[in-house]
Amino acid sequence: MNPEDQEELRTALLQEIPGPAPVAQTRGNRVRAVIRGVGEVFITVGALLLLMVAYQLWWTNVESAQAIAQERQDIEQSWADPDQGAATPTPAATPKPVTDKPIAEPAYGTGFALLYIPRLADHVWGLPLTEGTGKDILAAGAGHYVDTAMPGAVGNFSLAAHRSSHSEPFANFPDLQVGDKVYVRTKKVWYTYTLTHDDPNLTPTDTWVIEPVPGFPDSKPTKKLLTMTTCTPRYGSTGRWAWWGELTDSRYVSDGPPDNIDPTLTP
Amino acid sequence: MYGWIWKHLPGPWPLKTVLALALLVAVVLVLFQWVFPWLEPRLPFNQVTVDEGSTTSVAVSLLR
Repeated sequence: MNPEDQEELRTALLQEIPGPAPVAQTRGNRVRAVIRGVGEVFITVGALLLLMVAYQLWWTNVESAQAIAQERQDIEQSWADPDQGAATPTPAATPKPVTDKPIAEPAYGTGFALLYIPRLADHVWGLPLTEGTGKDILAAGAGHYVDTAMPGAVGNFSLAAHRSSHSEPFANFPDLQVGDKVYVRTKKVWYTYTLTHDDPNLTPTDTWVIEPVPGFPDSKPTKKLLTMTTCTPRYGSTGRWAWWGELTDSRYVSDGPPDNIDPTLTP
Repeated sequence: MYGWIWKHLPGPWPLKTVLALALLVAVVLVLFQWVFPWLEPRLPFNQVTVDEGSTTSVAVSLLR
């Protein structure tokens, strides 16, 4: 600030002290008002951007943690047998073969399964799986692509979940390895899928990954496949990452959980 | 702008401070409850599904 401006500011300040007498509208005052206004706009925009970041990285996690807990409770309640109460399953040495047909696709927005992935156990241990892949559904767990196979069915059982924000269930998606297990619990049956391969370099429009026979739209499916998709890079949306697996086991819930996993305890 | 708001808040300065804080909280609440949830699917972050002609691809094509 040069001495002239300093003097001007001093005069202006001194003039304010006596009271309501209006400050003279000098050129310097107008310039200062404009500069102040521009500065306030910058500060406001900066604060808004920081708030948006706080919303994305923190608040969506808080909201989703509640939504996930609520959805899990709803699913467990829909499974509870009102006549018998909660029956504790007894692990069977030789479980009965599963003869039940896969469950029918529920209405959009209905939770129907819980996911357990030991490799991602800090986030995916009893994660609700809901029909559909809308915003609110993915904010409350994982979403099942509409019209793809149901767990245990021939075809491609396909699901998606967030890798960042909204409780980020698939935060550690890159840690998955070939041979990892994905356990899917429906009301009566535990399904075990084993991961076979992945592709981290997909685009958002690569819908072939969830086709009944991925990449072969005209082929009739014979295998019971699993596809899981999420975003990549982690905080972006320019790409997609998919993991595929195949059904390797299924057993009744009444015969106890598969591979001696404990659904009540994260490994 | 902030000077204007301060000038138009009623009462002595302690009351003005309380009112200013209340205004701030109200603005943050409106942003978190309505503005950001509305804005979120329109931004190219955190889209996790594969589909055709989604908001994602629109957003991505806008960025390109």
